[in-house]
Amino acid sequence: MKKLNDQMAKLTIKRLSPEEEFPDLSQHNNHMAKVLTQDMFTKLRDRATPNGFTIDGVIQTGVDNPGHPFIMTVGCVAGDEETYEVFKELLDPIIEDRHGGYKPTDKHKTDLNPDNLKGGDDLDPNYVLSSRVRTGRSIRGFCLPPHCSRGERRGVEKMSVEALDSLSGDLKGKYYALKNMTDAEQQQLIDDHFLFDKPVSPLLLASGMARDWPDGRGIWHNDTKTFLVWVNEEDHLRVISMQKGGNMKEVFNRFCTGLTKIETLFKDKGTSFMWNEHLGYVLTCPSNLGTGLRAGVHVKIPNMSKHAKFEEVLKRLRLQKRGTGGVDTAAVGGTFDISNADRLGFSEVELVQMVVDGVKLLVEMEKKLEKGQSIDDIMPAQK
Amino acid sequence: MSVVPPVLSCTETEQKWHKPRTMGVKPGPVDAMVVVKPKPDATPASGIRSTLYKGYSGELLDPSTLNPLPAYADMEPDSLPLICRMNITSDKPLVDSIFGKIQTGSLPGQPKESTGSAIQYLGTATRRLASARLPFIHPYLLNCGNKTMANNFARILSSKRNVGILSLIGAGSLTAGFLLNHEHVTAGAQVRRVYPASAEYPDLRKHNNCMASHLTPAIYAKLVEKATPNGYSLDQAIQTGVDNPGHPFIKTVGMVAGDEESYEVFAELLDPVIKERHNGYDPQTMTHPTDLDSSKLTSGNFDERYVLSSRVRTGRSIRGLSLPPACTRAERREVERVVVDALAGLKGDLAGTYYSLTHMTDQEQQQLIDDHFLFDKPVSPLLTCSGMARDWPDARGIWHNNTKTFLIWINEEDHTRVISMEKGGNMKRVFDRFCTGLKEVERLIQEKGWEFMWNERLGYILTCPSNLGTGLRAGVHVNLPKLSKDPRFTKILDNLRLQKRGTGGVDTAAVGSTFDISNLDRLGQSEVQLVQTVVDGVNYLIDCEKKLEKGQDIKIPPPLKK
Repeated sequence: MKKLNDQMAKLTIKRLSPEEEFPDLSQHNNHMAKVLTQDMFTKLRDRATPNGFTIDGVIQTGVDNPGHPFIMTVGCVAGDEETYEVFKELLDPIIEDRHGGYKPTDKHKTDLNPDNLKGGDDLDPNYVLSSRVRTGRSIRGFCLPPHCSRGERRGVEKMSVEALDSLSGDLKGKYYALKNMTDAEQQQLIDDHFLFDKPVSPLLLASGMARDWPDGRGIWHNDTKTFLVWVNEEDHLRVISMQKGGNMKEVFNRFCTGLTKIETLFKDKGTSFMWNEHLGYVLTCPSNLGTGLRAGVHVKIPNMSKHAKFEEVLKRLRLQKRGTGGVDTAAVGGTFDISNADRLGFSEVELVQMVVDGVKLLVEMEKKLEKGQSIDDIMPAQK
Repeated sequence: MSVVPPVLSCTETEQKWHKPRTMGVKPGPVDAMVVVKPKPDATPASGIRSTLYKGYSGELLDPSTLNPLPAYADMEPDSLPLICRMNITSDKPLVDSIFGKIQTGSLPGQPKESTGSAIQYLGTATRRLASARLPFIHPYLLNCGNKTMANNFARILSSKRNVGILSLIGAGSLTAGFLLNHEHVTAGAQVRRVYPASAEYPDLRKHNNCMASHLTPAIYAKLVEKATPNGYSLDQAIQTGVDNPGHPFIKTVGMVAGDEESYEVFAELLDPVIKERHNGYDPQTMTHPTDLDSSKLTSGNFDERYVLSSRVRTGRSIRGLSLPPACTRAERREVERVVVDALAGLKGDLAGTYYSLTHMTDQEQQQLIDDHFLFDKPVSPLLTCSGMARDWPDARGIWHNNTKTFLIWINEEDHTRVISMEKGGNMKRVFDRFCTGLKEVERLIQEKGWEFMWNERLGYILTCPSNLGTGLRAGVHVNLPKLSKDPRFTKILDNLRLQKRGTGGVDTAAVGSTFDISNLDRLGQSEVQLVQTVVDGVNYLIDCEKKLEKGQDIKIPPPLKK
């Protein structure tokens, strides 16, 4: 009877042996390829989440995309909240590797109280052109974009729009569904740099998140265009707070207020965001776990960026640089997108604090280099 | 404070562009049909509780407690509740299985070694079952006792590909509340919300492909609950058509098959699609002729002042293995193994070499590019959205004979694509080699116990419904400087049942005045008939060109019977 029980618990028909099914990862360089062994695959192949997501769904993007020229990609995605439990053996080492040694027993702290941020309102606007904080949220009870059905995606859209429509004050805004947009609305969103389009990156396409595009996708933003929510792009919700200039404190304030309000609205409807003590906020890509937060600025540092110690400084400050077009782009004219490198293991306040302090230092260094002075005496310690 | 206008998502309005059938689910707003009602006092950690489906907490039950047989021990076998006896009556032969006595013909009752296809649906599944473990109930079926399970072939799929063949496993198991027995998944995890078909129905209002033209909400509702024995679902089959609303030049098919059984299980959608695409060919009533006797071809030698090259291509699928949109890595590798094995047995002018995409050297790659043989990972979203490019380039490769006149692509859009080609106008020889090669390969795989997917209704089975029947495209690169500028050119081609393409293949424009001219039809006529059509047609075109050169007038030929 025990044997019957074990067998009954499995979902997939095994056609051919696990050795035959194991992907060829010899040319691959991503986190999944580093961790996945034949034994692990054999074991995980016998499982599925309650929603029917299997190991093949988890790793497909990593198998189809051997490597990225600039960054070590994760190479796997979650199809639902349970993925992180059911496929623990694969995902825990990946999370540990990607998030600076975060152990399966570690606890993640969430802190969305903007009052805990010190400073951040005085970044020099001559250098800091704009400030931005983004994160993602997933709605508990729905499958994530790689695995959701059309009905679920529409359900996420409906629920999110209802919640967003009840925001008021400076957060009051409007929803633009991708497929119902008028040409005028579309042009305006493009001009505002708000519009997202169907992803072209094979990293994203291979995971299945772009199915049925543009059904159930849309953009919500407030009237003052400082708070923006993407619905059903790479995650259920991507929440972005941004404005020109260097007042990161205000941006973070609005970010926290908006997020907390949205979360309350969801709770009133009897649902919530996917969150747990160990992984923090649960999102599609394991690289976005924890806070899922990327706080960044566009900053003009032509001298600093040419300095031999630039990379070292960034590393010590726990910051990363990107081109001003986002990931996969190059910098234009000495203007860089500088943001926190971490996501998990630090709270939101801690991460934004790192950005605020770090950018302040970078601007100081830039000013010194302009005057022909050395920056060696203000080199930071490793955070 | 002005009110933000309510957002009407497309699912809230009734689909009006089709004629709704009376049968099946009538499309309705998502609002009115939400299955899940969130309870206001639910704690955040507990998530949403469905009123219909209860998450199961606690230890898994001993299956013996769920065995209804003792409870009904006193009843007459023929009066047992349907869920108990699974339509088992005393007159139906029963076989033993680990689940007790079950009806022959049901999936778990298949013998290990099964020959022939006594049961059409399971004909190909039996090969897999030889090494398969048994399928199981998905937690989805908890409390689904109301749905009639009488039909062995109705599978209820809950999830995306390759998971969950939910089948009927005999007495004592139906309403079994088996959840996953995994250490890590908490038994309190909620069961996935089930949306009604109307909420899942794709928005096809901006679409122009054959699938969108024929997929009514009623058909969707009926077919969405089914899956092939391999677990391939309707949503997977139509994904490419949903993701790609239309092609600027041609009305695309908009759906694919994941396996041979797709053409049966989703016949209600595929048959009208096939009918539209193949000029009214009705798979329900008509049969397709297969004829690979190339000796019947006449006048197959073209004037080489006009015809630069001749080519015939088709595809073949290996019965028992899933097609590229749905195959697993192991299945794909098995296709490669079976075909390469067979090809190694070719002799004479057909003897050749296999070049695997993963292992080819730079030199080999360059040579194949120079020969215009190399195929690369598809970029067309029509193809990639169907899932056929997964795991690229694993188990993909190119085989060609030493004289470079017979070429086979493995695991590109189909299991195999077979191409016979030569420079010049000797279509007869190209077709001869084509038929000989195909028959040889078929013989070689049969020696090992394999066969091609083929049936009387649909001919050779391939991934795309547009390639059913012969899957044959016979064509030439022909130079027609005068004729191509004549305004009657398109009409002439139409009447001859020919199509023109640029010399780069589909989706390309012609270079100069050299065109790729090939047959339009695939299904309903045999290989010999189609190649003859091309031969006769191209000869006619060359004749027109010669006439125009001499300043004579040309005639539009009468239209050929389709």
